[in-house]
Amino acid sequence: MKIIETEELKKTFTVHIKAGRFRRKRTTVAAVDGVSLSIQRGEMVGYLGPNGAGKSTTLKMLTGVLQPSGGLVSVCGLTPVAQRIKLARRIGVVFGQRSTLWWDLPLRDSFELLRHVYRVPPAEHAARLRTCRDLLDLDSFADTPVRQLSLGQRMRGELTTALLHGPEILFLDEPTIGLDIVSKQAVRGFLAELGERGDTTIVLTTHDLADIERLCRRIIVIDHGRVVHDGSIDALHARYGSRRRVIVDLDAPLETPIDVPGVELESSTGTRLVFAVDGSASVGPLVSQLTASGTLRDLTIAEPEIEDVIARLYQQAAVRSLG
Amino acid sequence: MGDTLRIYAKLIAAQGRSQASYRFSFWLDLGSNVIIVGADLLAVLVIFSRVPVLAGFSVTETVLLFGLSLNAFSLADLFVGNIERIRFYVRFGTLDTVLIRPLGVLPQLLALDVGFRRIGRIIYSLAVLTVALVLADIDWTPWRVVLLIATPLFGAMFFCAFFIATSTVAFWWIESGELANALTYGGRDFTSYPITVYGNWFRRIFAFGLGFAFVAYYPGLALLGRADPLGGPMWLGLVSPVVALAAGGVAAAFWRFGVRHYRSTGS
Repeated sequence: MKIIETEELKKTFTVHIKAGRFRRKRTTVAAVDGVSLSIQRGEMVGYLGPNGAGKSTTLKMLTGVLQPSGGLVSVCGLTPVAQRIKLARRIGVVFGQRSTLWWDLPLRDSFELLRHVYRVPPAEHAARLRTCRDLLDLDSFADTPVRQLSLGQRMRGELTTALLHGPEILFLDEPTIGLDIVSKQAVRGFLAELGERGDTTIVLTTHDLADIERLCRRIIVIDHGRVVHDGSIDALHARYGSRRRVIVDLDAPLETPIDVPGVELESSTGTRLVFAVDGSASVGPLVSQLTASGTLRDLTIAEPEIEDVIARLYQQAAVRSLG
Repeated sequence: MGDTLRIYAKLIAAQGRSQASYRFSFWLDLGSNVIIVGADLLAVLVIFSRVPVLAGFSVTETVLLFGLSLNAFSLADLFVGNIERIRFYVRFGTLDTVLIRPLGVLPQLLALDVGFRRIGRIIYSLAVLTVALVLADIDWTPWRVVLLIATPLFGAMFFCAFFIATSTVAFWWIESGELANALTYGGRDFTSYPITVYGNWFRRIFAFGLGFAFVAYYPGLALLGRADPLGGPMWLGLVSPVVALAAGGVAAAFWRFGVRHYRSTGS
């Protein structure tokens, strides 16, 4: 069942560019330029793209903050801006860069106030809060004013407030930005568990690819306001020819060079060889040839780095837009 | 409806608790507010120490108009004065966080910073009005009592509308605060004096074009039972509610248009 659907979604902004001392030129910039998406209930989707690609703008159109300039958008069967209040009850939103908490009050007060704002029955509210308290370890700082919390603690609070009304969709805009490793892991672990339960659809934008690898089976990459990839991480690797690396240490240099289809010798320094293996090829024949040579001491297989793939993708998109 | 009001009561109470965590700043604001508005009354009194009559109005009559205007403005300022902060709400993305909540945008923004520290002004303006009423020579009738109570309320509504309409510009032009301030505070100062003191074209624009004559001047004349030196009919003293409601309608339309065209900030 589709819970989010957009068709040719567009957002254009008019900007004034200085042209001469007093004259200013009006130009139209498309932040989101025809995005069509379809997300099923219970999916966990990573929304990626370089700075200024249109990620946040898309998210704001899905949550009813911004009015689209064109195209169709439907979230939970509602039209976000026109039915903003109805939609707000059914979604949770976390903005990594801005707080929705009451800055000068203890964190606990924010939870209590939002119970009223969303009109959540006390028992339901208490049950959800209990889950978050355990998973996110909130008790140690629930009585501290929000302004005195660390960024990691605050983000755990933000996550909790976004979930207390039991939203069908959770939108996260860079939820791990600026967090230390421990806090990142806490947030990721929590989201992973939430995603596994399957009753909350999660859409997150991030620059941290570890978030995506850990959490999302599906990623949508956007650049210059257009979708450049929509599919699994494996599909992304396959499409952009990511290659695994086999790093080999030998006791003595090889007498005959290795010849396996789909395998290429990338570098060789003394007794250390690095092979690149095509996405479709198997590592098996390479390993058996190496074993047969009788000099194999150690062997490591390195999975392709998603960073490399994404960087290549961004570059390709940039080249396309120039050409 | 009652339920919604209870939610806002909770939000406003939370805001009160937040402000209470900066106790010294709160009292300082409260005090400085009273001093600032005190200076305005002093300006009126200084003028009358030089002239016995100002554009056809005596000192007691002028202070009455001043008191009516001040009450209307202080009341409006208490509830919606905080809307002038909208440029910060737009710039720092606070508006985004308001838009994701299942409540109206404007009431939420207003509840973000209710002017408890401006309560001092209400007390002060009530005191000024009381003194003016005692000194002024008013022929009390039941209708005049109703008029006296209604005038600051509809005046406040008019000022609220003005505050909201002018602040809407911030949706497009983030640095619009000075313009909005010039218009709202200019309007307040305009209504503090009999409109007969102003030049012809200036009076036409502010008094009748924008409607400021109906905040204090015409209801004030009706209270005093005076004819308008400008030759306006007596019933002008009774149209303030109509003007206030019309202003409210215009402000609501401006606001809705503004929210629709909100463009948010980066990230």
